[in-house]
Amino acid sequence: MKEKVLMKGNEAIAEAAILAGCRHYFGYPITPQTEVAAYMAKKMPKIGGTFLQAESEIAAINMVYGVASTGKPAMTSSSSPGIALKCEGISYLAGADLPAFIVNVQRGGPGLGGIQPSQSDYFLATRGPGHGDFHVLVFAPASVQEMADLTGRALHLAWRYRMPAMLLADGTMGQMMEPVALPDECQAFGSDNPWAATGTECRRPHNIINSLELAPEKLEQSNFARFERYAEIEKTETAWEEYRMEDAEICIVSYGITARISRNAIVEARKEGIKVGMIRPITLWPFPKAPLLAAAEKVDSFLCVEMNMGQMKEDVELAVRCRKPVDLCCRVGGMIPTPDEVLAHIRKLAEGGNK
Amino acid sequence: MAVVFEKPKSLTDTVFHYCPGCTHGIVHRLVAETMDELGIEGKAIGIAPVGCSVLAYNYFACDMIEAAHGRAPAVATGVKRALPDRVVFTYQGDGDLASIGLCETVSAACRGENITVIFINNAIYGMTGGQMAPTSLIGQVTQTSPYGRDPKTQGYPIRICELLSTLEAPAYLERVTVNSVKNVKNAKKAIKKAFQNQIDGKGFSLVEVLSSCPTNWGKTPQKALEWIDEAMIPQYPLGVYRDKEAE
Repeated sequence: MKEKVLMKGNEAIAEAAILAGCRHYFGYPITPQTEVAAYMAKKMPKIGGTFLQAESEIAAINMVYGVASTGKPAMTSSSSPGIALKCEGISYLAGADLPAFIVNVQRGGPGLGGIQPSQSDYFLATRGPGHGDFHVLVFAPASVQEMADLTGRALHLAWRYRMPAMLLADGTMGQMMEPVALPDECQAFGSDNPWAATGTECRRPHNIINSLELAPEKLEQSNFARFERYAEIEKTETAWEEYRMEDAEICIVSYGITARISRNAIVEARKEGIKVGMIRPITLWPFPKAPLLAAAEKVDSFLCVEMNMGQMKEDVELAVRCRKPVDLCCRVGGMIPTPDEVLAHIRKLAEGGNK
Repeated sequence: MAVVFEKPKSLTDTVFHYCPGCTHGIVHRLVAETMDELGIEGKAIGIAPVGCSVLAYNYFACDMIEAAHGRAPAVATGVKRALPDRVVFTYQGDGDLASIGLCETVSAACRGENITVIFINNAIYGMTGGQMAPTSLIGQVTQTSPYGRDPKTQGYPIRICELLSTLEAPAYLERVTVNSVKNVKNAKKAIKKAFQNQIDGKGFSLVEVLSSCPTNWGKTPQKALEWIDEAMIPQYPLGVYRDKEAE
């Protein structure tokens, strides 16, 4: 078995990105993700990589756009208000079909909000963070181990599909320490990117990295083509985990830190004889619609546990096509639900409190 | 037959979309001639802005990247950090470089990024139909300053070369224009130097080119060139604002 090291979630992201072959990081300080930047600042100069503290979040994402245009992997990290600023650049990355890795260690909002954990950027992440029709791959880690594992996965899928990928963590995941088995070093990024802007060497026609298309019929076609790719990704890259679903009558749907809290509540509820299980989305886009719809045939009700006002609940309702009631247990503004709060909600549902 | 004049190899055959009398065409040619003469077409990567020269990526024969409005210096930073042996330049107008992208401009200059910036100052937003720019002159009538730019409510024109010359890092800052044969020759010299500096690893070089916009200034091409002498140069004096080599 691989040796484990004790790491903070934010540091695990940084180290995993380096191990996955990312050598260009651009960031701007914001709590609670600054450890990613600090780690990169220390490490990148020693391995011949780039760490650059940009003048703004907007500049940072555009520096990522610059590196990505050359075909090399690049990343940036921030927290909610900073991610809002990056949305301009994310839309351009999507429009130019460029890969990028973006980390969002969410905090409470709206506005300046607070610095405590939140999941209130669910809509922002899953609906296409920026103007126009597009998606980014969205991963929701629920442990420091997954912070590392999903970082590598996000980077590689972003480059495979030439689209931005976001790791949607939260302040708890970023700040907590856990043992991690770091992934093996890999150099899976091919240097052969015929589309990239690397200089023609006067041997080929010039490459143009661009999202502008003034002819509406062509712009429509490029949108259609992108969504055909998205449809493929929905088929092949959707990831989720099921827990105690074999006989479940109540299905909790939760991701990230609230999924862990829910797991504790499930263990307690099971001791009381309540048949409750969980479907934990690991990818938020693509969203695991199929297993939820399948579960709707078996369970009596769904319970979304999240740290926002029910943003994912809308996706669950759509996924189960309103066949079964979907309830919400939430805390917001930086508050974290306790296992007891979730347990109380489970008991209420078990007693038919939802009907 | 001897060839006495030809199109630079660093320009494609695509027909420019620029209005008659616009000086973008001249500056494109000067940049392309420079790339030819320095033999860097194959290793140059250009960043186009948002504005009238948004389609510059179709005209330069080197690899091109289209940036979001004002972000070209940040994009260029990423490209140059990823491929330090490439010659990276941005081509930006006044709205792009001096308004929405001012932060990216100043910061890239302040870091001394080893890139070349070609800055077209025509004192107006051309692509969107003639709105007031940060570089519009006092009293200049535009769509969004229909009574003339009033400094009381609309402030004063921004002088980019002077502003950047307060910074430690920039290697080379010069303001030129292209409204006469003599001035075009000077502009060419400045542009070539700004590229050569990058090749020599000297750091951030910016050439500001006072340009004409007959369409949105409401002038004939000839009158527009004269207006550069009469109105623009007094506000934006030509000359070298930084040359580390000469210092």
